[in-house]
Amino acid sequence: MAAGVTLNAMRMTTAEEIADEEFTAIVTRHRARIFRFLLSSSRDVDLAETLTQECFLKAHRNWASFRGESTAMTWLMRIAINLQKDHWRNRRVQFWKQARTYAVDVNEAGEWLPSGERSAEQQLLARERVRQVSKVVAELSERQRSIFLLRYVEEMELGEIARATGLSEGTVKAHLSRAVTRVRAELGEKR
Amino acid sequence: MSLMDEENGVDGVGDSAGELDEALRDYRLSVHAWSEAAYGRARTAAAAAAPNWRLAAGWALGCVLIAGGASAGVWGHHRQEMKAAAARVAEHERLAAEQRMQLAREEDEDLLARVDSDVAREVPSALEPLAQLMAADESRYERNQKKSSSSSF
Repeated sequence: MAAGVTLNAMRMTTAEEIADEEFTAIVTRHRARIFRFLLSSSRDVDLAETLTQECFLKAHRNWASFRGESTAMTWLMRIAINLQKDHWRNRRVQFWKQARTYAVDVNEAGEWLPSGERSAEQQLLARERVRQVSKVVAELSERQRSIFLLRYVEEMELGEIARATGLSEGTVKAHLSRAVTRVRAELGEKR
Repeated sequence: MSLMDEENGVDGVGDSAGELDEALRDYRLSVHAWSEAAYGRARTAAAAAAPNWRLAAGWALGCVLIAGGASAGVWGHHRQEMKAAAARVAEHERLAAEQRMQLAREEDEDLLARVDSDVAREVPSALEPLAQLMAADESRYERNQKKSSSSSF
């Protein structure tokens, strides 16, 4: 009896250790991507870092309940989207925060663009285009922005986005279409 | 086929679509670069949190010590000033007392002088007229004596 209990305890420890190792591997693999999505969505480095930590903390607590129905990345992204949604819902000063970060974003977004092998003029044009896209993204609704970023920054498939956001593929497609139309209009206006 | 073309095939041709694709690609590159920079910075900042905390604590302790030293200095200075003020008051009181004593002495001296002058004033003697008469008689007698002696020669 005692031996059985000890054996069970050992098995549990081993299972926990394996789970911890697996989770550590998941963190290592996906942390930067989750952070990138939260940064592009919130445009606030500190907030993105905090939400990323919260995301992995929540994921760790619920790791045992992860059944593998979707990829770990999709599951993590869903947690991140919900955390972000909760954060903005709880913020009373959301409007002012958005106004502040929007101002920063529009001024700085283009500055991170790698120069590549472009001429100075091409770089200037590219920066301007990035500013325009940033402006539109900042003005999108929270849901549209998430979908737009998951598609065009994280390059996720529509099905994955649908699973991460809890929406149907059709809805995802509709939101994407509206967002892209606004980007196109912005680019067209400035030409 | 681009990401754009997959779900937005309607306008996905021509210059506009090309420009849109390029804009979205640049935006993605920009966000990736920004995120990489911020991700590195965020972790560096987290690692540097402890020294910053220690630095802040050091500053706070330093400020407390400086404030303590300054207040001790101020208190010492205040005590010295209090002592100096007390000494000044004592000196002033001492001088005032001396003046009062000097005044009292002078008044006493005046009084004594007046008493002396009153006591020492020469009062005309009641026998003075007689004394004058006697003196006049004596001088007359002497003159007569001188005359008689001169005639006998």
